[in-house]
This record gives sequence, structure tokens and C-alpha cells, in this order.
Amino acid sequence: MSLSQNAIEVIDATKSYGSLRATENLSFSVNKGEVFGILGPNGAGKTTTVEMLEGYRFPDSGQVRVLGLDPKKDAATLHERVGVMLQEGGLSPGLKVAEALRLYRGLYSSPDDPERLLRLVELQDSSRTLIRRLSGGQRQRLSLALALIGRPEVIFLDEPTAGMDPRARLVTWEIIRQLRTDGVTVLLTTHGMDEAESLCDRVAILDRGALVAIGSPRDLTTRSDAQETRFTAQSELDLASLAIALGIERVSLTEYQPGQYLVAAEPTPDLVARLAIWLREQNVRLGTLEAGQRSLEEVFLRLTGEGEDR
Amino acid sequence: MTTRRAVMAQTRVELILTLRRGESLLVSFLIPLGILVFFSKVGAVNTSLEDPVEFLVPGVLSLAVMSTAMVSLGIATGYERRYGVLKRLGSTPLSRGGLLVAKTINVVVIEVIQIVVIVATGIALGWELTGQFVAALGLLLLGTVVFASIGMLLAGTLRAEATLAVANGLFLLFLFLGGMAYPLDRLPDALASFARLLPPAALSESVRAALEGYGFPWSELVVLALWAVVMPFIVVRKFRWEE
Repeated sequence: MSLSQNAIEVIDATKSYGSLRATENLSFSVNKGEVFGILGPNGAGKTTTVEMLEGYRFPDSGQVRVLGLDPKKDAATLHERVGVMLQEGGLSPGLKVAEALRLYRGLYSSPDDPERLLRLVELQDSSRTLIRRLSGGQRQRLSLALALIGRPEVIFLDEPTAGMDPRARLVTWEIIRQLRTDGVTVLLTTHGMDEAESLCDRVAILDRGALVAIGSPRDLTTRSDAQETRFTAQSELDLASLAIALGIERVSLTEYQPGQYLVAAEPTPDLVARLAIWLREQNVRLGTLEAGQRSLEEVFLRLTGEGEDR
Repeated sequence: MTTRRAVMAQTRVELILTLRRGESLLVSFLIPLGILVFFSKVGAVNTSLEDPVEFLVPGVLSLAVMSTAMVSLGIATGYERRYGVLKRLGSTPLSRGGLLVAKTINVVVIEVIQIVVIVATGIALGWELTGQFVAALGLLLLGTVVFASIGMLLAGTLRAEATLAVANGLFLLFLFLGGMAYPLDRLPDALASFARLLPPAALSESVRAALEGYGFPWSELVVLALWAVVMPFIVVRKFRWEE
């Protein structure tokens, strides 16, 4: 019963909208109790992936499983066990906060206490406020409370902290950490690398509908470090000349963001000296020189080619 | 699994939202009552009936059903679709069927209040409840199916703003072509024949026949029943839960 270990499975899922491939042969799985993040530039297929798991979209080929069940065929069973926070919307503007919670409490068979949830998301002072009068961040927090009210085993959060102020973000992070402690499986999408790094047990990076990396934030940021040197300087350096000076192939050098350079070679004392000499010859001022751990943001930008002309 | 508790929770919210929408109460109550009182006093309608109130009460009952089932339901549902409310509810244990039951209860509750208020106002204006009232209620229920289907079709296929515009436009058009406030036989013949094939005239003429005891309104009933079969079928095929 290896399948039962996985809360979420995506198996070779391809989904197109017309000629646009939203996901392509996507496969990954999420363990029970894990906080799993999906990162990717806009249009990478993050929301499509989440919405296939939520049962809103169906893969053209391949399949998805949540708690071992089919989100389409077993929807009635899954809806009791899964919590959903949409990327935006989902709330009636004409309802009051407490009324929305009361509605959702009535929809689930063993709901959590609305009062407790209101305090948890720090909306206890807004319970009689119309939803249309809430700020964007407050609506997000209400959506989170509604996603939690059914005591889900799996919760899907599509950009949960988008539009939140720093304080609300911290509150949300604390709630997600508590969910992990309680054994709830969390799948979230985010643009915030700090969010992924501080919350997620593992992340998947998507680009143009395909998985380009998966692992713990630590794995991704330390992987193949020994073979890399990075530095910053003015943009559009003559990389052909630099490659010759360093004694490496031209393809081992990239300017992955304007002014940010990656040398796919071990940071030996010799290499560093050659770089310094070349910079002196070109009269280029060095910004930073790094051989240590990469940030997740760098991994992300390099893997997805964000910032390059595409 | 959709429980009765879930449907009741949703029904409660539907009623709260309906009562909170001032503009929907205007269309559902003030316009029908205004037409009833104004035209019965002014006598501008000039019908073949002896008393304009005999013409107006059945027409205004039909108008009330149209306003609630088509205009209010359609616009509210269109905006719920726009705001992602329908989508969000789709991942809760409340099934699509449960949501429709809640919306139906909401529409019927509002219609019952409308019918009570209109009949009471009619009686105050000198109307006598002599015809087949139960048959009239059955016809109004059939009309509800047709108009709710039109409202849901708009809500489930158009953008919310377009649903708003089209629902109100149809309301106005049907007000004049529906034999509700203005007698069909005073329209040009060709237009009147065309109007008789549309749901509002079929409803108002059949309700009028039932309430004023003209004998059974077979042809109107057939027209209305056809719409009541065809429209839900189209809605089921065309309705999209997300905008």
C-alpha cells in the first residue's frame, strides 16, 4: 500500500486550453502531513495544477489523486476532507464575515468552531462587517478560515498571502506551521521565495507547464554548489573574452540576470585570481563574489529563465 | 454528501442576500404593486374587461414571477459567478443540486410573499377572488420554471454586467409584450401573434383565464409547457459555473 502514503499524486498529467499547454507530463507526489510549495513564473501552470487536484479541471491525459481518490469521481467524499482557498474571489460581497463562517459551518459534517477560527485569522473585530468592506488581506484571511472550517486532511492554498501586509503574512505562516504540526497536508502556490523557504518541506518549480526541479529548499539551494561561482558586476560584460581568460568553455558562462553572472566551474584559487585579473584589465568593478549557498530565488530565476528575454 | 443541514444553511444565506438587495426588492415588489395600483386607478389600460383590476391582478402576478425568477435570480447568480462564489461552493460538500434546491426555495418564498401582497392589494382595489386559484398557482409555478431557466441561462453564459442589462431589458420588453400591464389585443396583430408564443404572454393569459374563469387555457398552457421543457434542457447544457 505505498499509494496510501501519498496525500497527493500527479501522474503524467497534461492539460491544454486550446493550443496552450498549461501542464505537460507533470508528475509529482506529496506525502501525508507535508507542506508542499509550487513555485513558478506567471503562466507556468501552478493554478491549473492546483485546480486539477481540487476537481475544477480534468487532465487531458494522465491522472491526479487526492487521498487516493479521483477528484472528479469521488468529489462527494473528497469535498468533506479537503479545504480550498482560491487565488481570488469566492466570497459573496453582501454577506457579513460571521454569516459566511456560519454558512460554511453548516456545509460540513464536523466543522470547527467559527469563533476560534475568527480569532485564529485575527478577524474577531470584523465579524459583523460586510465582506465588501474588507481589505484584500482581510478577505484572504477569511478565505483561509473558510478553507479550514471543515477540518480538512488536505488543504490547497493558491497564493494564500498575495495582497497581505507583513503582519497578516506572519499570521498566515503561523497557521500553516500549526497545520503541519496537526498533520494536515498543505499544498500551496506562491511567488514568495522567502515564503517557500521558511514554510515548505519540499517545493516543486514549474516552468511552462513542466517540472524543472523538486526537492527541499535546502536540497535545491545546495545542489551542485561545488561546481559554481557567481559574481555581480555591470551588465553586458564580454563573456567570450572572459571565458578565454578563465580558461573555460563559453557555454559555462551566463548572465542570468542583468549584471548577475554564473560561472559553471569550481571556485578554485586559480579561477578566482584569473577573474580578478580580467576584471582589472577590463576596468570593471566587482559587486559581489559568491561561492557559497545559493538563495532559492537564484535557483528559481536560473531554472525558469525569468528576467531573460523569452 | 449534501445534507439537509447544508441546503438549509445555503437557503438561509440566499434569503439574507435577497432581502439585503434593495434593487431586487424594487423590481420584485414596488414595480408590480405600482403598476397594479396606478393602472387600476388611472384606467389607462382600457381593456375589454369591465374592471381594469380584473385584467391587472393576473398580469401583475405573472410580472412578479418574472421579476423574481428571471431578473432577481439571474442577476444575483450572474454576480455570484463573477465573484467566484459558485466556483468556491463547488468544492464544498454542498452539491450543485443542493445549491439549486436552495435557490429554488428562495425564489418560491419570495414569490409566495409577492402573491399574498398582490392579492391583498387587488382585493383592496375591488378585485374578487372567484376563479380557480389553485390552477393559477400551478401555472405560476410552471412560469417560474421557465423564467428561472431564462435567468440561469443568462447568468451561466454571459458576463455579469451583460446579464444585468439583458435581464432588465427582457423585463421591460416582456412587460409590454407579455399581456401583463398592457392588453395583447391592443398590439398590432402580427406582434400580438408573435407575443403569444413567448412565455410571458402564455403565462399571463393562462393565469387570467384561470382566475377570471374563461375556461381552460389549453393553447397558452401548451406554449408555456413547451418552454418549461425546453429551457431547463438548454440551461443544463450551456451553464458554465465559472466566468
